Amino acid sequence: MLVTSARPYLVERNLPHFWCPGCGNGIILSAVARAFARLGWERTRTVVVTGIGCFGRADDYLNVNAVHGTHGRALAIATGIKAANPGLHVVALMGDGDCATIGGNHFLHACRRNLTITAVVANNLNYGMTGGQYSATTPAGSTTSTSPLGHAESGLDLCRVAAAAGAMYVARTTVYHVHLLDRYLEAALTHPGFSLVEVMSSCPVYFGRYNRLGGPVEMMERWRKVAVPLEKYGELPEPEREGRVAVGVFADHRGEPFEERYRRVQEAARGARAGEVSER
Amino acid sequence: MGGVYLQMEDEIASMAALVGASLAGARSFTATSGPGFSLMQENLGLAIALEVPCVVVNIQRSGPSTGLATRPAQADLMQARWGTHGDHPAVALAPATVQDCYDLAVRAFDLADLLRQPVILLGDEVIAHARERVVVPESPEEDRGAGGRREPACPPEEYRPFAAGPDGVAPLAWFGSRYVFHVSSSMHDETGFPNARPDNAARVIARLHEKVARHAAELELYRIYQGEGARYLVVAYGASARAAQAAVAEARAAGIPAGLFVPLAVWPFPAGALRQVAAEAERVLVAEMSYGQLALEVERILHREVVGIHRYDGEMLTPEEVLKGLERGASRCW
Repeated sequence: MLVTSARPYLVERNLPHFWCPGCGNGIILSAVARAFARLGWERTRTVVVTGIGCFGRADDYLNVNAVHGTHGRALAIATGIKAANPGLHVVALMGDGDCATIGGNHFLHACRRNLTITAVVANNLNYGMTGGQYSATTPAGSTTSTSPLGHAESGLDLCRVAAAAGAMYVARTTVYHVHLLDRYLEAALTHPGFSLVEVMSSCPVYFGRYNRLGGPVEMMERWRKVAVPLEKYGELPEPEREGRVAVGVFADHRGEPFEERYRRVQEAARGARAGEVSER
Repeated sequence: MGGVYLQMEDEIASMAALVGASLAGARSFTATSGPGFSLMQENLGLAIALEVPCVVVNIQRSGPSTGLATRPAQADLMQARWGTHGDHPAVALAPATVQDCYDLAVRAFDLADLLRQPVILLGDEVIAHARERVVVPESPEEDRGAGGRREPACPPEEYRPFAAGPDGVAPLAWFGSRYVFHVSSSMHDETGFPNARPDNAARVIARLHEKVARHAAELELYRIYQGEGARYLVVAYGASARAAQAAVAEARAAGIPAGLFVPLAVWPFPAGALRQVAAEAERVLVAEMSYGQLALEVERILHREVVGIHRYDGEMLTPEEVLKGLERGASRCW
């Protein structure tokens, strides 16, 4: 039933998708399409913006308005769209390389600026499309094609950064926890202000292979094992957090989004202009 | 006016937001100078690939890098043409007066809509800070030539955002209209979805260039001073054109048959008009606040060596320097 209703939001002629067997992107893509269907979003008023990378190809399969932009810049493009036409639903689909790494600066400012845009980030912990290089979310010690002897940098916790930078709704789940994913997506897509759903995803071809995490099935099971509810994660002693991923809602605030604040600026400008005219 | 002003986190983001705003139906522009223009090159390419109309004002200043901060220069001419990677057309207008700043800004928006292409308004620090009389038409709307982007009229299910008409330009809908459409920075076909076939890529690259070439008449913008009998022809744009104009006037008063060619569209360069006026000239001089960029283009167009009058120390080129060049010819600087 749900699959059928998501169909109008998919470009069926472009399916099957080009992602590798065992990749988590298809799960996230279908969850996004389902969310659009459940919310009944008009296709004419929905815009998806992607950057570059594996998940940056998600727009090829979505039958809504779409911009496939430049690497890391999806949120900056989305900002222009939403600011120019606040009546649109604007969703940015990015990977960790796109959002957290190349686009890190835009991500911070999108959280802070607080336009009503939803960022959906497929975090597979590496640059999958270009051969498994490390990204900003690659955990320390991991093997990647550019850190064959172990990664010397620490991974970025995108959700904590987003919450600290002022995002209104922030949640993380994994491709294993599809029901949570559906729920978080719906909450994010209907939340005023900037929202983020980070989805931990599997890349069996690069990150999984380099780090001996097994095939698609083992990687999927691993998400079930390492995911710890946020509250529980907080209670864990530091050494036990190693290798685990906190899932849950990191921020859920109600606040005035940019569009509303800016409308007042525009009204003030009109008032000032009217005053100027009447003084003459 | 009901517009929106946004100061983005950097010029990469500004240019990206500009593309987004235009796709959402807004006439959009941004303004910057050298370092910011360098950052905009990435998404200028995006605007060219997506064929999104927008205007980028770049007020040239000294470089490279921070250079002499905010001192005048005209050394972004080639960046305006070739700054972003890949084969692409470029459209850039260069004001030489404050009146030009107004007129060419209006023209830039109209050309952007006409061509579905970013248009660069390539000013310089001197003209940008100059104060001169400006005549604004009583009804600016009536003064405009083209006006607005071409929107599709077909049924929504038939709309293909890159299906070009005979002039190489496709109608552009906007997000929120009755048309649902897809645009991609990847090589795409008429549908806007990626298409990596070599024949398609060749067609797209050729069309991008041809759509600008087919509108050559609208783009051939220039001024000629004292063109008649000009045996010494100076070519200059922006602030340098002002110095050159004064020099040519003085030269004429002293009996030297000098003339001046001022391109107002620098990309594409008004080559035909330049060739015509230069045909009778014994010597062609190029005056610019650059080590030599305009000189390269003029030499390429005329197939002859020019005398360069170059200044690149952060100071404005003076009429005296141009006059000196006219009197006895300046030595080439490279």
